This record gives sequence, C-alpha cells and structure tokens, in this order.
Amino acid sequence: MPLTDQEFAELTERAASIRCQIADVTGWSGGAHIGGSLSMTDIITLLYWKYLRIDPARPDWEDRDRFVLSKGHGGVGHAVVLAERGYFDREALRSFNETDSMLGMHLDSNKVPGCDASTGSMGHGLSQAVGMALGARVLKKEWRVFCIIGDGESNEGSIWEAAMSAAHYKLDNLIVFQDRNHLMIDGPTEDVMSLEPLADKWRAFGFETREVNGHDLHALSEAIEFAIDHKGSPVMLLCDTIKGKGVEFMEGKPEWHYGGLNADQIAKAKASIRSED
Amino acid sequence: METASTLTWTIYDADKMTQREIYGIVLTDLGKQHPEIVGLSADLAKSTKIGTFGDAYPDRFFNFGIAEQNMFGAAAGLAKAGLTPFVSTMSAFASMRACEFVRTDICYQNLNVKIIATHGGMSFGSGGATHHANEDLSIIRAFPNLTVICPADTIETAMAVKKCMEITGPVYIRIGRGFEPRIYESEDYGFEVGKAHELRSGTDLTILATGNTVFHAVQAADIMQERDGLSVRVLNMHTLKPLDEEAVIQALLDTRRLLTVEDHSVIGGLGSAVADVIAASGKGCAFNKLGIPDTFCPHGNPEDLMHLYKIDTDGIIEKVGELMQRDFEEDEDWEDEV
Repeated sequence: MPLTDQEFAELTERAASIRCQIADVTGWSGGAHIGGSLSMTDIITLLYWKYLRIDPARPDWEDRDRFVLSKGHGGVGHAVVLAERGYFDREALRSFNETDSMLGMHLDSNKVPGCDASTGSMGHGLSQAVGMALGARVLKKEWRVFCIIGDGESNEGSIWEAAMSAAHYKLDNLIVFQDRNHLMIDGPTEDVMSLEPLADKWRAFGFETREVNGHDLHALSEAIEFAIDHKGSPVMLLCDTIKGKGVEFMEGKPEWHYGGLNADQIAKAKASIRSED
Repeated sequence: METASTLTWTIYDADKMTQREIYGIVLTDLGKQHPEIVGLSADLAKSTKIGTFGDAYPDRFFNFGIAEQNMFGAAAGLAKAGLTPFVSTMSAFASMRACEFVRTDICYQNLNVKIIATHGGMSFGSGGATHHANEDLSIIRAFPNLTVICPADTIETAMAVKKCMEITGPVYIRIGRGFEPRIYESEDYGFEVGKAHELRSGTDLTILATGNTVFHAVQAADIMQERDGLSVRVLNMHTLKPLDEEAVIQALLDTRRLLTVEDHSVIGGLGSAVADVIAASGKGCAFNKLGIPDTFCPHGNPEDLMHLYKIDTDGIIEKVGELMQRDFEEDEDWEDEV
C-alpha cells in the first residue's frame, strides 16, 4: 500500500523531529556521528514507524522483527529513534556518552532496550543479521531481519562474506539497506576505495537489488514493500542519500562524519531541518 | 554405534578415536536432546568432524565456506535468535582470522556460542606455522565472558563438549588434530569446569599441564617416581579460564616447585596464567614454563616438534631435574603454611 497523505505528513514530521533530536544529542554529548545518522534518518524512521513488527513494551518479544544497525556509528540516530519509539525515557539521551549512561557512541545490546545487536566495528552487523535470519528458518518463525549497512563499511571483506552466505541460503527474510551517502572519513568513497558499480556488485552477489532515493519516503516505502513481498533471495535496497541530510551546513561535507555542536550551531541546524519540512 | 547420553560407549571406543571424532559423535548425541543446537563449519566439516552432526541434522547445520569472520558473526546472530551454535574451525582461524568477531560479536554480547577449535598448538605439525595455533590461548584468554577449556584426551573432550551445555555464555574448547594418547579410563573421574584434576599426588614438585601435554606429564612423573623416588604432583589444568587458582596456590604451598607444560607459546598461555597467580601470592618458589619459545615452529611431525621444544616426556623430565636443583628464597612464615 502506498503511503497515505496522512502517513506521509506524519512520517515527514517524525523524521524532522528525529533529526532535530540528533542535533540536540550531538550537542549534549560533546560529539557524535551526526552526518551518517542524518543520512539514514528517513530509512530508519519509516522502518520503526511503519514496517517493523515490534512492541516497545516487550523489547525481547520472541516473534518481533529484528533490526541491525551494521553501521553502528549511527548509534546516536538509533538511540533517538528507540527513545522516540518508547523503548526508554528520552531523558536517557541527555547522558549520552557519559560514563554511567546506558547510551554511548556505539549501542550495547545488553544495555539498550530495543537494540538487537551490538555493533560499531565495521562489517559485523550484516553477519549477525544473516544469523538471525537463518535462526528464524531453523525455529520456523516468521520474523524478518532489517539491516542498514554503510557504503564505506562495504570496503570490509566481511560484508561480502555475509552477502555470499545470505544469497547462498536464499534468505528472503533479510532486507538490507545500504546508506549510500558517498562519503567516508577520509573523503568521497570513490576516492578512498571505489565501490562502483555497486548495484552490479550486489546483483552479482545474488541480491535482488533496487536503487532508491533514500530520502523519498514514497519511493522508500514502495521499495520496502517490494522487498517484504520478494521471495527466493535477500533484497538489497541501495539507498542514495546525502551525508548530513537536512542540515545545510553539513550536507555532503566529510568533516561532519563526526563532530560536536554548540548552542548556536544546534539552533542553526534545527532551523535548517525545519525549513525543509 | 551406540550413542547413549551416558557416554559409556567411550570406554570402548575412545582408544580408537581422535578428539575430533569424539567431538563429532558427542555433539550429534547432544543434538538429540537439544533441538536448539545448530552446527556451523567453514569448509572443514569433515576435518573438524562437525559434519557428523550435519549428517544427522542437515536442517540445523550450516556451512559458511572459507569465511570464518562471517561464520562467527552469524553464530552471534543465531545465538541472538535463541539457538546454541557449535562453531568449528581450526584454532588458528578461530582465534586469529575471526578474532574480532569472536571477541566483539560473541564475547562482548555474552552469547551462548560454543567454539570447538581443532588442530590446537602444533598438532597439525606438517601444516607449518600457517596452521599452527601457538598463540590462540594468549589471545582469547583476554576476552571477558569466555570460558576456555583444553581437554587432555578423548574422554575429557567428550566431557567438555557435554558440560559446556551447562554454561550460559561463550565457551572455547581447544582440541588437537588426533591420536592423542588416552589418560582417562571412563567419564566418571570428576570432570568439573574450572577445577584442576589431580592425576598424581606429590610433595616435591608440581607439574601443571594442559591439553595433549598432560599425558607426557603423567608419564614423566611416573618415571621420576620409579627411577629417582621423586614425588611429583600432576595437575591437569583442563580449564584455562577460569583458572583453578586454589589448586595453583595449594601446589605452591605444598611443593614450592612448579612447572607448567603446554603445546602453546610460553607467552600468555597456561604458564603465564599460573605465573600471575604465583606472583600475586607473594610466595617464593622455583618456577618454570615449558612451551613453545618466542618463535615460529617448522613443519614436522607433531611428536617430533613436541620433542624439539621439550614438551614431551623426555623434555619434562629434563626440566624437572633442573627445577629440583634451583634455589629459591623461603619466606619466614613458610613453615606455618605447609
């Protein structure tokens, strides 16, 4: 079902709110991976508010869909989403990165309600997602596994090991999003270590692959519904995104991979996010 | 073959099987009682014998090809799903190729994954340094949450594989390539994870051995008892972590001379673990470590390599002789403690 006008409006507002909160936490915490959190915001918002079969009151509900943030440095974005979705009190975000906080740069699944996998080191999450999808098959469960990987992350050989195994075992309960924001710490992905032709690579690795604008909620929604219905192979939704999306002074700038924000910058960031609404 | 859950069959068959073969059979046996067990291999199903499980339970067995990193990451995901993965590959690859996946995906999340690492130490002698695992214990002993077991023979392998199911959390069981001589006659000798097993009592010196060197320690102790009247205690330190510190301290107080033996580097394995306990105790003693020195080993027959590095019966006897001559400073309250 295409997004209704009301859903579109609500999701758009939700995504803007998530982006503003990411800016807040980046300020409170002294620094965070804001660029890559903003690039994946529309994808993760759509998942958590429309497609994931979850129950925030029961984070360990056995039959829930799983979500793995393989690009674990997006932890600040994931934390905001989990709080907003009701897994824990938003107040917890204020102590992000503090020594006794349950929240930090890379989320710890043993501490953070709703976080299905501890990630952070690149190239680990997709393998865990493969295991969860295989687990559903062994246990004859209907849960699906949604996983967001980075583009820079895909320099890691383990991503392709995981891809091979997902295709080999025909894991059609696994849907992978690649947050193709084109930037990594040292610069554009194609300068640091070229990934293209990326869609061809995923197809060659046995993934049903769709290229989609990762900020177009209608297009994303359509792609996700295609992926959910697809049988016989895992699906890759190659999402074209902008690093720092929504904050004009960050968009497309590798230096905003990680950074801190002062009060003025937070205000400026929020104004920029709201101006896009 | 009868594979009753009592494992009594091992008495008849242990002599004819390798640690790997026993592992495959015991795991298959456990698979009957535990539908949550799944088996994972990285193109070594035949070599590590986990294929025995795979033949019995094809729907619960996954070959990941030669891709150990992904295999251990996927094992974490399977454990997250509520299953109990048994993951087999050679020790060198489990501890080094897939090191970070074992540490971060499995140990950090404290997941119920059982790692059966075969071809430990120099047991794949002809494979050369690429296939020797002389560093695995140093590396993985530093991982929080991980239990580390090095069974001494086939029966102990069966016990370790069976008992690891009682541990909630990750376990690393290091076994050899095969043909380890048998030490135990039956499975009712009192194997307990984390508790050293005293194979010989003694008051002059203690040999603390692990894995395939335990057999040589026992032989050496028996020869020295008969030939020299030396009373040598032999402790089978099958669990490297958590280490049975009590048994080490008792041996220290009782015998004041200790020798560790392992098919592993002298850096970071059993010897280092025991040395830590001794140093912390503040007691003077004569202590030495037998193991692989800080070197890459040549290709060769495992028995020849063990002889070369003096971790066989002859080498242990030689080192015990040296250690018996060594002076050490006795502290003032020594008599009180004995």
